[in-house]
Amino acid sequence: MSMPELSSAGMSETLIEEGAAPASKKIEGRSPWRLAYERLRHDRAAKIALATILVIVLLALLAPVFAKILGHGPNQQFIDIGENANGGPVPPSGTFWLGTDNNGRDLFIRILYGARISLIVGVLATGISVVLGVVLGLAAGYIGGLVDTVIARLIDVMLSIPFLILAISIAYISGPSLFLVIIIVGVLSFTYLARIVRGQVISIKSREFIEAARALGARPWRIMFVDLLPNVMAQVIVYATLLIPAAIVFEASLSFLGVGVPPPTADWGAMISDASGFFQYGYWWFLFFPSVALLTTTLAFNIFGDSVRDALDPRGAGIYV
Amino acid sequence: MTRFLVRRIGQSILVLFISSVVVFGIYFVGPGPNQVARQFAGRLGTAARIAQIKHELHLDQPIYLQYSHWAWNLLHGNFGYDYYKGQPVGSVIAAAAPPTISLVIGAAIIWIIYGVFTGVISAVRSRSLMDRSFTASALFFYSMPTFVLGLALIWIFAYKLSPVTTFFPFHGFVPITTNPGQWFEYLILPWLTLALVTAATYTRLTRASMLEVLGEDYVRTARSKGMTERRVITRHALRAALTPVVTLAGLDIGTALGGVIIVETLFGIPGLGWTVIQAIQQQDLPIILGITILAATFVVVANLVVDLLYAVLDPRVRLY
Repeated sequence: MSMPELSSAGMSETLIEEGAAPASKKIEGRSPWRLAYERLRHDRAAKIALATILVIVLLALLAPVFAKILGHGPNQQFIDIGENANGGPVPPSGTFWLGTDNNGRDLFIRILYGARISLIVGVLATGISVVLGVVLGLAAGYIGGLVDTVIARLIDVMLSIPFLILAISIAYISGPSLFLVIIIVGVLSFTYLARIVRGQVISIKSREFIEAARALGARPWRIMFVDLLPNVMAQVIVYATLLIPAAIVFEASLSFLGVGVPPPTADWGAMISDASGFFQYGYWWFLFFPSVALLTTTLAFNIFGDSVRDALDPRGAGIYV
Repeated sequence: MTRFLVRRIGQSILVLFISSVVVFGIYFVGPGPNQVARQFAGRLGTAARIAQIKHELHLDQPIYLQYSHWAWNLLHGNFGYDYYKGQPVGSVIAAAAPPTISLVIGAAIIWIIYGVFTGVISAVRSRSLMDRSFTASALFFYSMPTFVLGLALIWIFAYKLSPVTTFFPFHGFVPITTNPGQWFEYLILPWLTLALVTAATYTRLTRASMLEVLGEDYVRTARSKGMTERRVITRHALRAALTPVVTLAGLDIGTALGGVIIVETLFGIPGLGWTVIQAIQQQDLPIILGITILAATFVVVANLVVDLLYAVLDPRVRLY
C-alpha cells in the first residue's frame, strides 16, 4: 500500500539520523507503524492488558474442554447437588469452582461460555461498525455535496434517537437473537467513527498526493481506498480497539434488560440480571463472578486501546476519542 | 448568524421528522398493533373483537394517515393518548419528567465537579501519584457497565452497611416537594452510579485540555508577571481549558435522557427511561413516540446550544 505522507516523513528522519550516527552502524528507516509497535512493546500496561485479553480468549476457546473435564454442561441443571435445601445457588466448592446459579447450573462453565458471546459480539459488531464508518466516512468526506448531506443527516438522526430505545424496540419486535444483537450493536455504533474518518478525509483530500493521483487518472474509489484509507488507518485502528469494549458493554446492557441473547444461552449481562434478584440473600458469588468477568474484559480492552492510541500518536494530539 | 440559525433549525426539524418516521416504521413492522388489540380483547377475544378494537384505536388505518394524524396533533401541542388507559401522553410525560430531571441534574453536578477537579489536579501534578490514581480510577469507572456499578453500590451501601445505617434506600423515588430529605436519600445511589460512570470522560478531557493550555505562551506570561500559581491556574488556564468540557457537558445532558434507562430500571425510579421501557414492553406507541421525540429534541437543542456557546466562548469561531 502506498503511504506517501507517512513514508516521506520516515525518510527525512533517516537523513537526520545518518548525520549523527557513527559510520560503522547500519542505518535503516523505520516506518511509523514500526515505531508505534516499538512503543507499544515497551508499554507495561499494554502488555498486561494484552496478556489478560489472550487469557480470556483462551478460556473462551477452551470452554468445552473445561465442561468435559468437570462433566458440567453450560445449560445442565444440577437440581440435587447444585441447589441448596431452599432451591438457591450453592457456594463455590471443589465440584462447582465458582458456585452455581439460581437454576443449579455451574457458574464457572457458564462464565466461560459467556465469554464467547461477549467476544463474538465485541469483535463482529466492531467489524460492522468499522466497515460502515469507514465507507460512509470516506464517501461523505471525499465525494461531499449531496452524499455528505445525506450521510450527515443519517448520523444526526441516529445520534438523536436514544440508542437504547432504538435497540430495545428493534430487539423487542423481532424477538431477541445473537445475530440480531450483533447487527444492532454494530449498526448503532458506527456514527462517531464515520465522523472521525470524514473529518480526516476533508483535511487531507486537498493535499498534493491526492491531486497527483487524480491527475494520473485514478478513479474516485481508488483514491478513497488506496490513497486516502491508509492515511486514516491509525485513527480507525485506535477507535476500533476502543469500540470493542463499548460493544461488549452495549451487548451486556441489552441482555441485562432482557432483550439481548435469549436464554438459556450463557451470557454475562443476563447472568448479572438473574443475580440481581438473589445477591441480597447472601448468594454473593452469583453476582460477583460474572461482574468481575465483564469488568476485567472491558478494562483490559480499554487499557490496551489507550496504549494503542498513545503508541500511534505519542504527542496525545490529533486522535482524542 | 441569522442564516446559521435558520439553516440549523431547518435541519433539526428534518432530523426530528425522520426520527419519528423511523419509530413509527419500526412499530408497524413489528407485532405492535396486533399485540395491543389482543391484550384488550383478552384471552378469549375473537378475531372480530380484535378487529373492532384495532378500528377503535385507528390502528387499521393506512400508516401514512395514522402518521399525519399524529403529526397534526403534535403540531397543536397534543402528544396523543396512550392505548391502555387513554391518558394524554403529555401528562404521562409530565408525571415521569421530575424524577428524571432530579436524577440527571444532581448527577451532572457531581460528575462535572468531580471530573473537573480531578482533571485539574492530574494536569497540574502531572505524573504524580495523585495523577496516576485519578487516571487509573477514571479508566476503571469508564470500563464499568452502569448496571454493574449500580448493583455494586446497592450491595455495599444498601446491604453490607445495613446493620450500620439505613441511610441508603435503593428502590423508588420520593418527590422533593413531598419530603426533601427522603428525596435526597433515595437519589444518592442513583446519582453516584450515573456520575461515576460519566465523570471518567471529564477527568480525562479536563486533564488533556489543561495540559495543553498550561503549555501556552500566555500562561508563561502570566507566570513571569509574578502571579501566584493558584491564580495562574484558576484565572488563566482553567477558563480556557474548560471550553471543550462545557461542550461535552451540554451534549451529555442532552443525551442523558436516553442514558438514564438502565439507572432508572435498576433503582425503580418511575422516570422517563423507566416509562419508555414499560411502553415498549406493552407496545404502547403514543408513549414510545412521545418520549423518543422529546429525547431527540433535547439532543438537537443541546447540539445547537453548544455550537452557539462555542461562538460566544471562543471569538475565533464564526457561525455561517
